[in-house]
Amino acid sequence: MTVIEAHGLRKTFGKTIALDGVDLRVEEGRILGLIGLNGAGKTTALNAILGLTQFQGELKVLGRNPWTERKQLMRDVCFIADVAVLPRWIRVSQALEYVAGVHPRFDRAKAEGFLARTTIRRDSKVRELSKGMVAQLHLALVMAIDARLLVLDEPTLGLDILYRKQFYDSLLNDYYDLNRTIIVTTHQVEDVQHILTDLMFINRGRIVLSCSMEQYESRYQEVMVRPGQIGAARALKPMNERQAIGRSTFLFDGADRRQLAVLGDARTPSIADLFIAVVGNHSGEREGVTR
Amino acid sequence: MNTQSNAMPEVPLEAQVVTNAAVAATRPLYWSIRRELWEDRSIYFAPLAIASLFMVGFLIRTIQQMPKMRAALADPVNQRGAIHMPFHIAAFMLLVTAFFTGAFYCLDALHGERRDRSVLFWKSLPVSDLTTVLAKVSIPLVVLPLITFAIIVATQFVLFLFSTAIALGNGLSAATLWAQLPLWKMWLSLLCALVASALWYAPIYGWLLLVSSYVRRATFLWAVLPLFAICVVEKIALNTLSFANLLKFRLIGWYTQTFVQLVPGGVPPADPLTQITPWKFLSTPELWIGLAVTAVLLAIAIRIRRYREPI
Repeated sequence: MTVIEAHGLRKTFGKTIALDGVDLRVEEGRILGLIGLNGAGKTTALNAILGLTQFQGELKVLGRNPWTERKQLMRDVCFIADVAVLPRWIRVSQALEYVAGVHPRFDRAKAEGFLARTTIRRDSKVRELSKGMVAQLHLALVMAIDARLLVLDEPTLGLDILYRKQFYDSLLNDYYDLNRTIIVTTHQVEDVQHILTDLMFINRGRIVLSCSMEQYESRYQEVMVRPGQIGAARALKPMNERQAIGRSTFLFDGADRRQLAVLGDARTPSIADLFIAVVGNHSGEREGVTR
Repeated sequence: MNTQSNAMPEVPLEAQVVTNAAVAATRPLYWSIRRELWEDRSIYFAPLAIASLFMVGFLIRTIQQMPKMRAALADPVNQRGAIHMPFHIAAFMLLVTAFFTGAFYCLDALHGERRDRSVLFWKSLPVSDLTTVLAKVSIPLVVLPLITFAIIVATQFVLFLFSTAIALGNGLSAATLWAQLPLWKMWLSLLCALVASALWYAPIYGWLLLVSSYVRRATFLWAVLPLFAICVVEKIALNTLSFANLLKFRLIGWYTQTFVQLVPGGVPPADPLTQITPWKFLSTPELWIGLAVTAVLLAIAIRIRRYREPI
C-alpha cells in the first residue's frame, strides 16, 4: 500500500521556490531517509506531508489530503519536528496524561515501559531534563502511539553520539515493523545509513536521487584507485573524484564490478560521499559551472 | 421471546456508539483545557492571591477602625451599608482580577506556543485548531468565571464568619446581622454578574486571542495601540469620541445593563435580587453584536493558527 504519493508538489515563499515539482512515492513498511542541505526543501516537504503548510500540486498521505484533513490524519501520523519542541513547563507525568487523553491510539503502559529504561523521573519538568532526555521522552511518547507513518525531522540534532545511537536503536528494535513507515531527515547521515530501506536526495526543491538501499548497494561503488590506474579509472566515467591521504578515490554509478576490482579496493560508498558527488554535480549544472 | 433477546443487545450497543462518539468529540477539548490550567497557573493563583490580600487588609482595617465601625453598626440608617461594604469590595476586586487575568492569558495563549516552538508538538496530535482555540477561549469565558465565583463565595463566607464574630463582640445580635446579609441571594446576583461580564467581555478576549495568533512580538502594544490610535485619529479628524465611548461602554456596559445603579452614598436594598435587570441586559443590542464579533474574531484566529509557524 502506498503511504505517500505526490505529483508535481510545489511550494513557493514569495520569490523563493522551496519545492519545485516534487514527485514522490513511499510504500508501506519503508524507512526513507530524506537528505539535503539546509534550505533544500526537506522541512517544507515534510510540513506539506504533515498538513502544516499549504501546497500546490497533488499530495495524498494515507489517502488523505493533509492540508484539509490534518486532524484525521494525525491519528495515523506522528512526528517529531525538531528537537526541543516539547513545552518546557510540562511535567513528564502531564505529558503522558495529555497524550493519553487526546490520542485514541496511545498506549500509556508502553510509554511508561520505554521511560522505565531511562533515568527520566515522572515528576520532572521538561525544562529540568537534558536535551538527550527530552529526545528520549519525545520518542517514548511517539513510539507508544500506534501510528502508520512516523516523520522525524532532525530528531537527534545536538545530541551526543550515545543518545543518537540509542535513539535509532530503540526506533528500529522497539517500534519499526512492516506495517509502519518512517521518514527521517538528518544531517548526521552516518547514523541512519544502516537503518534506511530507501534513500532520497533533495536539492533546491527537487528530488535529485531516489533509490532503495538494495539499488544503492548494487549501483554505487567507491574505489580507492592504485596510483598507476588513475587514467583507467577516469576512462570509466566516475561520478566524482577526490583525494584522500595521497590516494584518489573514485565514485562510480553502475560500473562493472570486475572492471573496478582491477583498479583497487571497491566498496559501497557512504551516503555522505554519494551526496556530495550527486548534489555537487547538480548544483554545478544549475549554476552553469563546469567541473 | 427469541426476537426480543436478539434485539436487546442492539439498543445499548447503539447507545454506546453514540456515547463513544460524543466522548471522542469532547475528550480533546477537555484535555486541552486541562493543559491550559497546567501551563498557566495564574488562572487560579491570581484570584487566590488577591483574595488573601483582601482578607489581610480587611483584618487590619477592622482592628484599626473598631470605634468607627461600632458607630456605623449602631446607626440603623447606615448599618446595612457598613455591613455590605466589605462584601462588595471583595467581589469587585476579584471580578477586576478575573478580567485582567483573562486578558493577559489570551494575549499569550496563541503567541507563547509559537515562541517556545511547542506548537509543533501540539500540532502533531489529533487536536484540531478549532478545538485548541475553543479550549483557550473557554478559559476566560467559562473556567475563570467559575473559579472566580468559587473564590468570591469562599472569601465572602470567611467575611461572614468574621462579621459575625465582630457583631457578637460589639453587642449586636447575630440574627440582626444575618438578616442584613442574604448570602444566597448575594451569590445568585454574583452569578449573574459573572455570566454577564463574561458574555460582555467576549469580544475583548476574542480580539486579544486574534492578536496573539497573528503578531510576532509585542502582543500588548499590538492589542492596545490600534484602538488608541483610532480614538486619537477620530478626535483630531472629527472632534468626536464615539469610538472611545464604544470602548468605555464595552468595559462597563455589562454592569450598567445588568444592575440598577446605587446613587452615590445610597444604601443597598435588603434584597439584592431586586437590583438585577436581566431583560435589560439581554435586550441590549451591543451584547449580541459583541457576541457576533467574537465569533468572527475567533474564526480568524483559528484560521491564522493553521498557517502560523513557530516564531
